[in-house]
Amino acid sequence: MSDTIIEAHNLTVLYGRKPALWNVDFELPKKKVIGIMGPNGSGKSTLLKSIMGVVEPTSGFTKIYNQELDQVRDRVSYVPQRQEIDWDFPASVWDIVSMGRFQKRGLFKKLTGEDKDIITDSLQKVNMLGYAKRQISQLSGGQQQRVFLARAIAQQGDLFLMDEPFAGVDIATEEMIISLLKDMKDAGKTLVIVHHDLHTAQSYFDHLVLLNTRLIACGPTNEVFTDQILTDTYGGRLTTISKISQELENKEFPIRHK
Amino acid sequence: MMDFYIILTASLVAINCALMGCFLVMRKMVMIGDAISHAVLPGIFIAYYISGTTASLPILIGAALSGILATIMIEWFTKKARLQSDAAIGISYTLLFAIGVILISKFGENADLDQECVLYGEIEYITGWLQPFIGGFELPKQTIILLIVCVILITAVVWGYKGLFITTFDPNFALSTGVAVTFWHYFLMSGVSLTTVVSFESVGAILVIAFLSGPPAIAYLLTEDFKKMLVLACLVGIACSVAGYYFAVWLDVSVAGSIATMIGIAFIVVFTFTSLLKSKADVISA
Repeated sequence: MSDTIIEAHNLTVLYGRKPALWNVDFELPKKKVIGIMGPNGSGKSTLLKSIMGVVEPTSGFTKIYNQELDQVRDRVSYVPQRQEIDWDFPASVWDIVSMGRFQKRGLFKKLTGEDKDIITDSLQKVNMLGYAKRQISQLSGGQQQRVFLARAIAQQGDLFLMDEPFAGVDIATEEMIISLLKDMKDAGKTLVIVHHDLHTAQSYFDHLVLLNTRLIACGPTNEVFTDQILTDTYGGRLTTISKISQELENKEFPIRHK
Repeated sequence: MMDFYIILTASLVAINCALMGCFLVMRKMVMIGDAISHAVLPGIFIAYYISGTTASLPILIGAALSGILATIMIEWFTKKARLQSDAAIGISYTLLFAIGVILISKFGENADLDQECVLYGEIEYITGWLQPFIGGFELPKQTIILLIVCVILITAVVWGYKGLFITTFDPNFALSTGVAVTFWHYFLMSGVSLTTVVSFESVGAILVIAFLSGPPAIAYLLTEDFKKMLVLACLVGIACSVAGYYFAVWLDVSVAGSIATMIGIAFIVVFTFTSLLKSKADVISA
């Protein structure tokens, strides 16, 4: 029990009458890189949002460190999906990463020198310090994702919930994020990541949550990443996907998901 | 002196609307200003009917209350009825405005209220209500109210800058860090309501919308920093007021109409200019 960082019980979220999540129940371990996977519309983003209080669950509840979210909010960082934001907003990279310090400093106090050091350090970690003054509309998809990551790092939490950080980023960014995640895990952080690409799942994650509105499986990757469970999660679609990717691999097309 | 009063009044409306408009433009909800400026009609009439006067205070309170009612209706239709926000705005304000029209046509035969004035304002006649202001100086009553609201809005935007900024840019992230997103929504909406209510009496609903959307949109084309956008939008609004006023005097036409026209022309000019610059820069970098 003491190893549990997030638990969900009977979690149900309805959008109108349509369930996005149905009676989901699981516990996640500390200090691991955890993947949340499932087909489109299987409730992955909704799961993160209800853990972070962005979406109100219709029934059931989640706990973090066996406490209510409000008591541990300052230890949890949330990285929303990049596409949810208007990147043409008149703001610089620095402006966005500063938001990571608003919570600690409060909305009505000036950021201190210490905050500025933390922001600088966070930008350094994602190799974006040189872009601090850059306007966010001039960034590539991968750079936008790094800025979001820097903002989360600046919050200095020890639990990170990330919604599709690998969607639409270049290979260099994906590799950079992965090595950063490994460093963070070694520093004792817990990372929960919504992910799409089955090919990389085994190498990226210690632990997996497989979701298709209901919970299909939750456990260490080597135990739950089986053909049977994947078929249960993705239904008939998986076989089509794997056939196509097999076909592409045979023809030596490079495979890059999204 | 009349020139000065009219330009000052229009500029104060411009500043108030620019401050609120920048946030509304970035939240893609400018038309909420349109909604509020029409939705105030039943509130104004009911306040008039109960108080029996066209004195400013009861009318302002009535207008502000129905403005806030409109924002609550819009929020409710969007969140609970899951309606598109533009549809929610359309339904709410036309309903309230229509109720106002019915009330006036049924009970307001002798009322000193007319629907024309709500739409077009009466900035030309503003000097009819001169009141003593600080140091023996005289200002029209409307202008004094606008000045007070201007001070309130500048204070609110400076004090609440971070809250307004984070909830405008990334409301989900703001929620995840425990920021009261709903509070900031109604904080902004109260400001918009206040601005619209005190502005439309002097400049009319149409110019209020023009001021809410035009100068912020022009400033957005000119800068990549949100703080600069706020300041620039105010300056653009003032410049359009001055230019519009003299244009109206020159052709002897409606002042509100001329200012709104100036805003439209300014947008087209700035847009053409910035896109030319951009395509030139693209050619150079390519």
